Amino acid sequence: MDAPPENHFRSRPGAIRAWENVLHWLFRGATYLVLLCGGLVFGQIVWRGAQTVFTTRAPFVNVAFFTEAPESLHVFEYQGQKQELGDRAFNAFKVAHPDAKDVKDESYVYSAGGIFPCIVGTVLLVAGSMAIALFLGVSSAIYLNEYAHDSALVRFIRLAILNLAGVPSIVFGLFGFGMFVIFFGWNVSLIAGWFTLAFMVLPVVITASEESLKAVPKGFREGSLALGATKWQTIRQNVLPYALPGILTSSILGIARVAGETAPIMFTAAYVVRDKLPWEGLTKASDFFFQGVMALPYHIYVVSSKIPQNEYTARVQYGTAFVFLLLVALIASASIVLRSRLRNRYKW
Amino acid sequence: MPAAISPTMERPSAQPTAPALAVSAAGTAASAAARTIIDIDHVDFFYGPSQALHDVSLKLDEKKVTAFIGPSGCGKSTLLRCLNRMNDLIDGTRVAKGSIKIRGVDIHGPQVDVIELRKRVGMVFQKSNPFPKSIYDNITYGLRLQGVKDKSRLDAVVEKSLRGAALWDEVKDRLHTSGLGLSGGQQQRLCIARAIAVEPDIILMDEPCSALDPISTSKVEELIHELKKQFTIVIVTHNMQQAARCSDQTAFFYLGRLVEFADTRTIFMNPANPQTEAYVSGRFG
Repeated sequence: MDAPPENHFRSRPGAIRAWENVLHWLFRGATYLVLLCGGLVFGQIVWRGAQTVFTTRAPFVNVAFFTEAPESLHVFEYQGQKQELGDRAFNAFKVAHPDAKDVKDESYVYSAGGIFPCIVGTVLLVAGSMAIALFLGVSSAIYLNEYAHDSALVRFIRLAILNLAGVPSIVFGLFGFGMFVIFFGWNVSLIAGWFTLAFMVLPVVITASEESLKAVPKGFREGSLALGATKWQTIRQNVLPYALPGILTSSILGIARVAGETAPIMFTAAYVVRDKLPWEGLTKASDFFFQGVMALPYHIYVVSSKIPQNEYTARVQYGTAFVFLLLVALIASASIVLRSRLRNRYKW
Repeated sequence: MPAAISPTMERPSAQPTAPALAVSAAGTAASAAARTIIDIDHVDFFYGPSQALHDVSLKLDEKKVTAFIGPSGCGKSTLLRCLNRMNDLIDGTRVAKGSIKIRGVDIHGPQVDVIELRKRVGMVFQKSNPFPKSIYDNITYGLRLQGVKDKSRLDAVVEKSLRGAALWDEVKDRLHTSGLGLSGGQQQRLCIARAIAVEPDIILMDEPCSALDPISTSKVEELIHELKKQFTIVIVTHNMQQAARCSDQTAFFYLGRLVEFADTRTIFMNPANPQTEAYVSGRFG
């Protein structure tokens, strides 16, 4: 009988192995902590927001929250029963019950009704700033990547773009206020908000567009130029279509993120409250651009810090935050769908 | 030194019908004598500070296949890309001295629109670069840019070009599928078809077979034989057998200088320059 061969590969415990384990668990722990934070943030907003947004009775969605303007909430006791009614319902109630005329109520601003004007305002802000940022951003990315030769000026422009990306949002807000609201005399308006948000997202759009343009193989350009195409024909036919999925995805994601910023719009576009919806009461078409709007992030800011806090305002806060998250998720998933559609069309 | 050899003039003529090649445009159209179509005259070329071509002079004949050979970095591709000014795309490049004339016109002259030049001087690249469009759209790309919309004319050009590129029988049933679905060799022939669809004068080929297998290579080489009936072809190749098989004339470059230019037979059988002999016999490069 031969003895079993000696095992040269047996594990040798020691400091190095112990250190390996420690680091492994450190890295793993750090990763799980991120998951925990994310879960807590989302969990809290979804859990508390869902109580406002969804109801227990059919249609199970708080329709008024999505379709009505904010109102004050009146809380009072009538014939031994506690009532919570919005402005209009409260007035109707008083008409229906003349004896309730002198009932003692406590009112809480913005805690009844819905956030429809804020949703509309945010959608308008996002759409307009997206159009401006895409136009300016893609144009300058095309210039930088396709037309410009390497020079001191171009390097300086790139540096400026990098710096622009690092500017805090409140500074953009102040810039927009000074430039558009005061100097151009646009007042607090949609168009001032559009340009402020667009300038803020511009670095993202330019960088993303340049990366996407760079990813288009050189052979597409050379092949086209060698057939006697002009530069623009080449870009239009043989470069842009293939860069478009990347440009749109990154840009839309960037814009969705910027749409969540409060600081750039608080001086330039957002009203605390506005009775009219943006398409109501316009005397001429250009008025549309020069009106302020309500917006979701600013509304959250107002109801969480500018009015007395209580259980009733908390509902609106979390409800609004929840809807806002939904909206951003919607924009992001739209961009992903768009990308996969375009990718299938322009594959190489 | 290699540059001392004057390559263009005292070339022994391989074709019995061709008289000694005095370069005159007049009176030769009807005869079988080859006419100069590209006249490269003492060209110095720079990439920024580094000189890639030193005093290169060459006269290429119409409807002939001319091969540029030489080791990597010898300037043969650079010279080829000068002929349709593709080098314009690279920052800091310039022809510092000399001139390149095509049919007597200096292509760097102020009256020359590079777009028009490239319509007349087509190019096939080392890495086949079909556009991610259908085969049909690939072929019609150049014509459509010129504003041709007539469907029947486009159809005719597609068939003619694909037949010209010996690809018609293989793809005629799938003209509207992506050009990227073709094999490597087919893709390269598609690129050739795309180049001849705009009916250029001259076709430049930059190592067109370097990424192809031997069978595809031989197909492209046969194609080159066919194409020279209609087009002047300049081909850069690393493959000496290829140069020997499919070119009429061969120019050997080394370190940015033209070492020797002569009929392909002469270059391979009886080169005048010892460096050429060393290279074509495989002793270096």
